[in-house]
Amino acid sequence: MSLDRETVRRIAYLARIKVEDERLDQIAGELDGILGFVEQLSEVDTDGVEAMTSVTELTMPLRADVINDGDCRDKVLANATDPFDGFYTVPKVVE
Amino acid sequence: MTYRIVGETGEWEVVIGLEVHAQVVSNSKLFSGASTEFGGAPNTHVSLVDAAMPGMLPVVNEKCIEQAVRTGLGLKAKINNYSVFARKNYFYADLPQSYQISQFDKPIVGAGVVILDMPDGTTREIGIERLHLEQDAGKSMHDQDPKRTFVDLNRSGVALMEIVSDPDMRSPEEAGIYVRKIRSIVRYLETCDGNMEQGSMRADVNVSVRKVGSTELNTRCEIKNVNSVRFVMQAIEAEAQRQVELVESGGEVEQQTRQFDPSKGETKAMRSKEFAHDYRYFPDPDLLPIEFSEEYVEAIKATLPELPDEKKQRYMSEYGLSAYDAGVLVVDRETGHYYEAVLGKNRDPKLAANWVISNLFGALKAESKSIEESPVSAEQLGQLLDLIADDTISGKIAKDVFEKMIASGDDPAVIVEKEGLKQITDTGAIEAAVDDVIANSPEQVAQFQGGNEKIAGWFVGQIMKATQGKANPGMVNKMLKEKLG
Amino acid sequence: MSKTLTNLTIAEARDGLAAKEFSAVELTEAHNDAVVAARDLNAFVSETPGLALDAAKASDVRRASGDVLGSMDGVPIAMKDLFCTEGVQSTAGSHMLEGFVPAYESTVSKNLKDAGSVMLGKANMDEFAMGSSTENSYYGNTINPWKASSGPDAGSDLVPGGSSGGSASAVATRLCLGATGTDTGGSIRQPASFSGIVGLKPTYGRCSRWGIVAFASSLDQAGPMTRTVRDSAIMLGSMAGHDPKDSTSAPVETPNFESAMGLGVKGLRIGIPKEYTAEGMPQEISDLWQLGADWLREAGAEIVDVSLPHTKYALPTYYIVAPAEASSNLARYDGVRYGLRVEGDSLDDMYMNTRAAGFGEEVQRRILIGTYVLSAGYYDAYYVKAQQVRTRIAGDFKSVFEDVDVLLAPTAPSPAFAMNAQLDPVSMYLNDIFTVPASLAGLPGISVPAGLSEHGLPLGLQLIAKPFDELTLLRAAETIEQSAGFELPVFSGGEG
Repeated sequence: MSLDRETVRRIAYLARIKVEDERLDQIAGELDGILGFVEQLSEVDTDGVEAMTSVTELTMPLRADVINDGDCRDKVLANATDPFDGFYTVPKVVE
Repeated sequence: MTYRIVGETGEWEVVIGLEVHAQVVSNSKLFSGASTEFGGAPNTHVSLVDAAMPGMLPVVNEKCIEQAVRTGLGLKAKINNYSVFARKNYFYADLPQSYQISQFDKPIVGAGVVILDMPDGTTREIGIERLHLEQDAGKSMHDQDPKRTFVDLNRSGVALMEIVSDPDMRSPEEAGIYVRKIRSIVRYLETCDGNMEQGSMRADVNVSVRKVGSTELNTRCEIKNVNSVRFVMQAIEAEAQRQVELVESGGEVEQQTRQFDPSKGETKAMRSKEFAHDYRYFPDPDLLPIEFSEEYVEAIKATLPELPDEKKQRYMSEYGLSAYDAGVLVVDRETGHYYEAVLGKNRDPKLAANWVISNLFGALKAESKSIEESPVSAEQLGQLLDLIADDTISGKIAKDVFEKMIASGDDPAVIVEKEGLKQITDTGAIEAAVDDVIANSPEQVAQFQGGNEKIAGWFVGQIMKATQGKANPGMVNKMLKEKLG
Repeated sequence: MSKTLTNLTIAEARDGLAAKEFSAVELTEAHNDAVVAARDLNAFVSETPGLALDAAKASDVRRASGDVLGSMDGVPIAMKDLFCTEGVQSTAGSHMLEGFVPAYESTVSKNLKDAGSVMLGKANMDEFAMGSSTENSYYGNTINPWKASSGPDAGSDLVPGGSSGGSASAVATRLCLGATGTDTGGSIRQPASFSGIVGLKPTYGRCSRWGIVAFASSLDQAGPMTRTVRDSAIMLGSMAGHDPKDSTSAPVETPNFESAMGLGVKGLRIGIPKEYTAEGMPQEISDLWQLGADWLREAGAEIVDVSLPHTKYALPTYYIVAPAEASSNLARYDGVRYGLRVEGDSLDDMYMNTRAAGFGEEVQRRILIGTYVLSAGYYDAYYVKAQQVRTRIAGDFKSVFEDVDVLLAPTAPSPAFAMNAQLDPVSMYLNDIFTVPASLAGLPGISVPAGLSEHGLPLGLQLIAKPFDELTLLRAAETIEQSAGFELPVFSGGEG
């Protein structure tokens, strides 16, 4: 198995990480190395084995339906890059 | 009624499936203690969890689980005692975690069915594929600033139920009735307020077309976020037409996400990179599977109200109402409540239905009021029916009284009393009026006796006029017949 | 004075404070000085000497009025920079979070605060806890105070292991009495082994993850890093506890872990899993492992050979599961609500510029791998497969724990190595080969310094116990500690 540049480009876009074209081959090589390493899992017989969804044997705790949080805009916006008038802002999105 | 699109190459059928997003009625959000209240200054109904601060973790709201189960029961669906929250990964300005906590291959509710009451009195069954819980996103505002989009996370994390239908609908009309029916059911259950203007309910509409007779499912387009029943129907019509024209002119339908523009009455492709839509669902490792017992489900089942389908059946069998009348009265829970309150213990069900459907609905529509805002209470309307039943007033007078009740909100007895509308049942008084009219109308008496029986109606009219409509019409008729011979 | 105070264990400091031999302020000042004197090790991203003094003063006030909060009251510690601390920059070792000052305190750091402990600063770490050498920090690498006495690396700067390398180095250098770490695949145990200290990864669910910058949610677990087993027991007691804000936090009682001290291992059955060997593992590590088994036997335990047949698949499983979760957990760093933003022409450009600049190479690599293994067409072959193998790995442990109480294994396949020694990602990953299996199964594990390599570097032995059986784990750990008689040198950096 080996990753092509196009796949790396697609994956990088999905992850929203800008990758310059000249780095594509190097990254493809590194990812190939890792994928080659994990390939050995195919040796394991997992027929009928349940995929783990939780390592603990707990049941999910439930929260009561009460309002006991929020109303803390200062905290919410404290570390924002470019807040305006109570909003977060991002570069304009054209829909 | 079969819906067909007549193209150049023949007749086409439209295949429709809907994903209805219904906001769960709860005080706080699905995974945080922030308020779900609509409105509010930007980013005030936001906890650090909703803003996806580093290290923040979700804890599920028990009410939302209950509401989903409740809705599943209302949709006669399979309740899954084991289900899993999964992350749907994508980047967007209004999605602070850059993933939506949703459910993927193990939803909380499985297959169910919804019955549509068609206007011709027939019914159609639409399959429900699943219902799952998920988080709502925040809101982006693109038109506030020339360079920036503003983001408000007040909606972020509010619980939604996504109700996915099978591709069972074949006309815009069916889709419209389906949305109304879902709305009716969730409102009965009080699991969603069904308010489409505020966005508490909205639909993604999947549309494909095929030649009549074909059973293939062709490539579909998804029209996102349609927020009224009317727009759902219009969007389907426009999209089906577009697809037929596209295919007939040699094109091919591409699987796309589209948007409906109500002002132009057309759908257009959203500016999206389709190849990028790879949501990479996987079980959310911050949460555990949702598990509950059969007893839990049974306990919720025990609290379900009578739902529209059962209520309709009961109105038909118990009260002898027509399918149409029964269907109209059960559309929402409040109407059913109102009707049954009017009915009281032993009033005439058909008469009560007529009054609610013809008179009350008409008056409410004219005043743009909902049944909860009705100026005439169910008890008052019941009193009015009693006045008709015990011959205090005639049905005709009752209509006038009702109009006055709508205007004033007064009890019918008060209006009848104040306006002196009480029906005259005193034989002497009626006899006097009859005698008077006969005595003053020799010409008409002669005509009647000459064989013109139609003129009897003229006499009744004169007598009613003389009594300001208050004479008991039955008694007037009887007496006239006797006197005129 | 200060040299003595920094040499104390937590237990000794507790006793000394109780006996009023010194004050919390004195203890804290000595450590503040040590932190400054050892800056060349780069163990801290942020130092908080002022806050530390304030906390120490408050501790002394409490003590004067007889309101001591417990064993940790007045004890100076380092906090791994993965824990969000209210009002104090919390970076996770990343450029992405440079300048991020949380408006909230993680549950574990709050528990420690509420127990009266004194935070000296935020310890350096591999970015987002991804790494085994603390070379992946945006704030520069941390240096291990140990130096090889001979061999090819003699005299060179060595790595302290990772990702909790700042914590490990700070504890080993006596800049603090204990430190918090987090362990996802070995990030407490491996640096503890490399630095000659004790590192305890509790059972998954023992300590709350709330407020800890997430790496891989199903694996991340906080734990103490200290110079003695008893100190780990004491410190864990102040970190642990059920937290309703973390759905995966276990609703279990926090026992008095220190009560395990002195109980010994008589009657315990200790398993030796034969699969814990690695290609090229030095003989000295196998020898030490054998020695450890002998110590336990001599102390009255029964040694049993056991098999965990899926051990070799743990690392590949981990390198699917952990990056997959990380790719999603780190998606929130998008330049909008906190942290770095690098502007761009569109929203997507801004995201891509920000994330390319904000994340270092290893983090980017893991995000890309994680994205790939979850993507359409690969999810079943990689992610589902890995979670199935994980079920098998957990099953292996479950069945051996029907027969034994504790497992003994090496912590890492090598002693500390020189900086820039591991050039390709996979050989770096192999450092975690012995620690990852217990992480995948959510089991408690501890690394105890047990001896020195031929070049004079510390080597740890690892013990693994049943879920929530840290008490038995600590009993065995104390026995190893006593039998090994390991002496942590006093490094010049920390003397001030």
